[in-house]
Amino acid sequence: MTTAPPLEPIEAVPAAQGRPLDSEAPGASRGGWFVRITVLVIVALWLVPTVGVLVTSFRPEALADTTGWWTAFGHVFDSGQWTLENYRQALDAGGFDNAFLNSLAVTVPATVIPITIAAFAAYAFSWMEFRGRYVLFVVVVGLMVVPLQMALIPILRLFTQGASIGGTTIFPDLELTGTYLGVWLAHTAFGLPLAVYLLRNYIGALPSSIIESARMDGADHFTIFWRLVVPLSVPALAAFAIFQFLWVWNDLLIAYIFLGGTRETRVLTIALANLVGSRGENWHLLTSAAFISMALPLIVFFSLQRYFIRGLTAGAVKG
Amino acid sequence: MTTAIEKPPAGPEPEHERRGAGEEGRPLAQAVWVSALRLVGALVIPIVAFALLWLTFDFLRDADANRFVLVGVAIVVGVGGVFFLYWGMNRAVDWLPERFREGVRPYVFVGPALVTLAVFLVYPVINTLFISFGDSQGQGFVGLDNYEFVFTDDAMLRAIRNTAGWIVFVPLVGVSIGLAFATLADRLRRGEAVAKSLIFLPMAISFVGAAVVWRLIYSYRPEGFGSNIGLLNGIKQGLGWSPTPWLQERPWNNLLLMVIMVWIQTGFAMVVLSAAIKAIPDEIIEAARIDGASEFQVFRRIIVPSIAPTIAVVTTYMLINSMKVFDIVFVIGGAETNHTEVIAERMIRWFFISNHDGRGAAIAVILFLAVIPIMIWNVRRFREQEALR
Repeated sequence: MTTAPPLEPIEAVPAAQGRPLDSEAPGASRGGWFVRITVLVIVALWLVPTVGVLVTSFRPEALADTTGWWTAFGHVFDSGQWTLENYRQALDAGGFDNAFLNSLAVTVPATVIPITIAAFAAYAFSWMEFRGRYVLFVVVVGLMVVPLQMALIPILRLFTQGASIGGTTIFPDLELTGTYLGVWLAHTAFGLPLAVYLLRNYIGALPSSIIESARMDGADHFTIFWRLVVPLSVPALAAFAIFQFLWVWNDLLIAYIFLGGTRETRVLTIALANLVGSRGENWHLLTSAAFISMALPLIVFFSLQRYFIRGLTAGAVKG
Repeated sequence: MTTAIEKPPAGPEPEHERRGAGEEGRPLAQAVWVSALRLVGALVIPIVAFALLWLTFDFLRDADANRFVLVGVAIVVGVGGVFFLYWGMNRAVDWLPERFREGVRPYVFVGPALVTLAVFLVYPVINTLFISFGDSQGQGFVGLDNYEFVFTDDAMLRAIRNTAGWIVFVPLVGVSIGLAFATLADRLRRGEAVAKSLIFLPMAISFVGAAVVWRLIYSYRPEGFGSNIGLLNGIKQGLGWSPTPWLQERPWNNLLLMVIMVWIQTGFAMVVLSAAIKAIPDEIIEAARIDGASEFQVFRRIIVPSIAPTIAVVTTYMLINSMKVFDIVFVIGGAETNHTEVIAERMIRWFFISNHDGRGAAIAVILFLAVIPIMIWNVRRFREQEALR
């Protein structure tokens, strides 16, 4: 990658995607049969697994269990081959409706909270004078190295037993296991170093003349941040938001440890993982459940692709 | 990670500098006051605000309430709460005597980030180190017993060996296919964007979802137990061969799990490499073609060297991700019977399922130590690159 690292190269993506359409680049071998067929084969290979799950999820239980999903293509127009019953069953009896809500309740705040905290910190690191500014920034960014496994055990203890040194309680038992707040805080902490780093890169690069003139006009820091810096930083905020949203939505580990697998609190990934464990061969249910869990990320993916790519690539450094 | 090297740009604050200069001459008592208030700004206010916020959450635990209401309230409280926290703290600073205000305010802005990181990242890391020397409850002191376990237990040794396989196979195959696809797609007249989206699509799917998707591919039923609905065995049966229990075929089942990771992450490699390839000036490639270079020579002598730094970044990313892989192995299941253990999966197994905190912590420390050299290499490479510019 080039330098101002994560965000920069991705800026090239949206522009780049348009290139082959409008500018016919010279070069004899462009668009040859070999190229087209190879690309087609790889795309097909990449799509087949998802198509298999999608097709199976719409087949009646009896058929899905006894014949391969590819046989359905022989009877595409036979209505007896298709059903929505699997989805109904997964949502109602499988409790995936509840899990979907839980995923939302976990993901939305676990995306907004770290971004807000990081944006304020990034602003302070960029535009406010205080002692230890540089050192603190380096420490925050250095924390990106820590694999989250390294923090799980003590955080869980903090939630269940509080913290104590030599029998003296220095922190009360927070009773946070199985609560949304516990998961939000864990995701916030794991997302913060990257968020602070990315946002400071962006906010620190805003032209100082804008902020100076706002100061001249008597605006305080809070106003400058909220009215000026946040609107100007939307591309960076959106990129990180999408990355964090997908990361949290697709996360199994943190939800598994801090939220648990009870029917009331579990999120989609856990519900799905449990279903694999308990009903590993009920493919009509498994596939429809899998698609329920993929629906929102796929919508986000298709509608916000360019921000998504930028965010993901920026997230390349996440620990 | 990287800009840590460059200094943050100094914020223009003429007013503040004037005040800062005056500060030197003030009596000691006042200096103490300023420090104390800073401390309040940085630590106490966030903690108090957090505690208040936390109290309002108590009712969220009430499982009897309507789920929709509960979820709605949770989202509103979580999203609104964090904004309110800053707004309130900022107002609180406004009530301070004027000469303290601008000295305290920066700590209100960075305070929550620092407190969160200190409580949920710095303290845990240090604590994990201590726990790794303790017994199953993480208490007492057992010396290096847990580390001895890590390097003698059969399943752990297999996990280390398998993880080594993951960190070689996944980046190698993922980056190769990603690079090949990016290069080829660059030459398409039409449909490049669509083709790239489709390869990239698995990136939006969770590891759990991907595990389900691929379990269907690998699904196996012995002969006489119905027809095989898994694609691979379906093909085998169609050809008249007997089905294979793919996920139990040691040691190749490890490879089949790695394929899942490759399927997910190749899109990432491809998109980033593709952006880098497009950044190569057309003139260079054209000049080489005019000089009679074959397409393969252009690829090997011009494209690959030009994007080498990007290849390094993508490889590092995939390497670290493979080192920490957990979900795929965990959800596919049967790691111990099928000998597909990996390090991160062992850590959860020991800490969360077998309730042996000491061993879990020791495995986490090993994982941490394994990531550090990669990071150091990455930072060093980045610095060299900086120096070249």
